[in-house]
Amino acid sequence: MGRTLAQNRVAALGALTLALFAASIALVFFYAPTDASQGFSQRIFYFHVPIALTSYACFGWGAWKALRVLWKRELSADVESYVGVHLGVVFGALTLITGSIWARASWGHWWVWGDDQLVLFLVLFLFYCAYFMLRYSVDPGRQRANMSAVYALFGVVLIPVSFLAIRLSHSLVHPTVFTSHGPQMTAAMFLTFCVSWAAMMSLFATLYHVELTGKRLDASLRELRELLA
Amino acid sequence: MTPPPQSPPSEWQYVAAAYLVVFVAMLAWVAIIGAKLQRLQRQVAELVERARARG
Repeated sequence: MGRTLAQNRVAALGALTLALFAASIALVFFYAPTDASQGFSQRIFYFHVPIALTSYACFGWGAWKALRVLWKRELSADVESYVGVHLGVVFGALTLITGSIWARASWGHWWVWGDDQLVLFLVLFLFYCAYFMLRYSVDPGRQRANMSAVYALFGVVLIPVSFLAIRLSHSLVHPTVFTSHGPQMTAAMFLTFCVSWAAMMSLFATLYHVELTGKRLDASLRELRELLA
Repeated sequence: MTPPPQSPPSEWQYVAAAYLVVFVAMLAWVAIIGAKLQRLQRQVAELVERARARG
């Protein structure tokens, strides 16, 4: 019963993700107006920013589960934290690649070292890449879960710093779209952005459940193999 | 003879490249999960055989 519910949930999430992606693509290319200052290349924004926000959400989720490992002594939350961080790194890599392409199209450069937000996002990404080196250098068990959890929690501090960097540095290179006066875009652009972000969050939820199921199945099989040995 | 000068990619090519990267990553992820499922299926079959052999 529980397994059927889990399978149905993954199937429902997968279907929702596909529907949201289809809607997002249609809105990006057939509904959202072309930006007056950046032109057609501004359409990269509708995937790039939601991917970046989703990677923050993944790292945040990984940190929340890490907190549960340390606070509630829940060893099962360790794998959930790991999957959150893993997906955060995948979304982070996509943020860097799509951002680089957008930078080339808009600014004429693949990367600008003088932009605080770019550099801080790279630091956050590399910090979480090192998480895997730490994790796999320790044998599985309580010690590994605790060390990984502490590391994941340290990294989450970088998220608000990375998010606020653009506002603190008053960078002229990286555009500030969301200010204290609300989103600086038309209603059509904002709707397209919201649908794209919902699609990315739904993709995260789907990938999270599929990867978590695979990890748990792997662990069960390992246990069964040991019992049958 | 000098080669003809290459024109820089147009804006839509950059947009297409950015969206393509995301879809290729998604396809790669599906392929990796597919391979993992096949490996798990093989392992389950092996364990079933082992359990049967034990009676």
